[in-house]
Amino acid sequence: MTGVLATARTVPDVLVFFASAAIILGGALGVVASKNPVHSALNLIATLIGIALAFVEQQANFLAAAQIIVYAGAIVILFLFVIMFLGVDRNESTRIEPLSGQRPLAVGAVAAVTGGLIALMAAGGWYSGATSVIAPTDPSNDVGVLGKVIFTSYLFAFEATALLLIIAVVGAVLLARRPPSSVDAGRVPVTEHDVPVGEAPS
Amino acid sequence: MTIPAAWYLIVSALLFGIGAAGVLIRRNALVMFMCIELMLNAANLALVTFARVLHDVGGQATVFFVLVVAAAEVTVGLGIVVAIFRKRHSAVVDDLHELQG
Repeated sequence: MTGVLATARTVPDVLVFFASAAIILGGALGVVASKNPVHSALNLIATLIGIALAFVEQQANFLAAAQIIVYAGAIVILFLFVIMFLGVDRNESTRIEPLSGQRPLAVGAVAAVTGGLIALMAAGGWYSGATSVIAPTDPSNDVGVLGKVIFTSYLFAFEATALLLIIAVVGAVLLARRPPSSVDAGRVPVTEHDVPVGEAPS
Repeated sequence: MTIPAAWYLIVSALLFGIGAAGVLIRRNALVMFMCIELMLNAANLALVTFARVLHDVGGQATVFFVLVVAAAEVTVGLGIVVAIFRKRHSAVVDDLHELQG
């Protein structure tokens, strides 16, 4: 455990760390502060790329690639698609407070919890535990080690995620499609063109 | 590679705090989902850091599963947002103060 930490830090390592930290935290603040949801989604991409940079710096190369492909490539695009599909890309008025004093209270509570979390980790020596329980990491064979572990030690979890994805896809289709009975209940289509926008006539 | 784990863990804690604050502050359901993604990514960063300092690939495998669960969560969550928007024509969570559809 101390073998890695005993080696000297090089200047590029420190520069990459601070660059990734700046991108991560700047993007995260942008997500929270942007009034336009589209700007929030673009700031989210910046944060995700910063996280991928931190993954590369910590020799998790496959996860960095998966981070870019899955998050920046699929999830954020899904967010942008829904934002533009719903047309909610107008500015949100952040001045109105339905609960008076809720926002300062939230910021104060989050600051207290985050400070407490960091203090707790510092008091506990940041990390502890046994090393190399599942399998030792190998930076030169990142994908091989991870793949072997996923298909042996974590095989049940892997199959469970497959089931979860199928359930999620079926659930999303059921949620997003309009039930035919409620469409026909309130109104009778006058012509064959009188169908709701975005729904194919059947 | 030789950056202390403490630095990354501090960044992770700050990112988690920003995400939690965003969920509490913002009222747009889509932006709240993005802030949940920020918190998931903070956990991912901490897991990869632990995997590095403990020389255990189990942390990286957990990040892999978090990626899958995040994708499923976003799919279902955005489906719910679309379904609510059809009823209410609003993505602001304050408008959803009634349980009746």
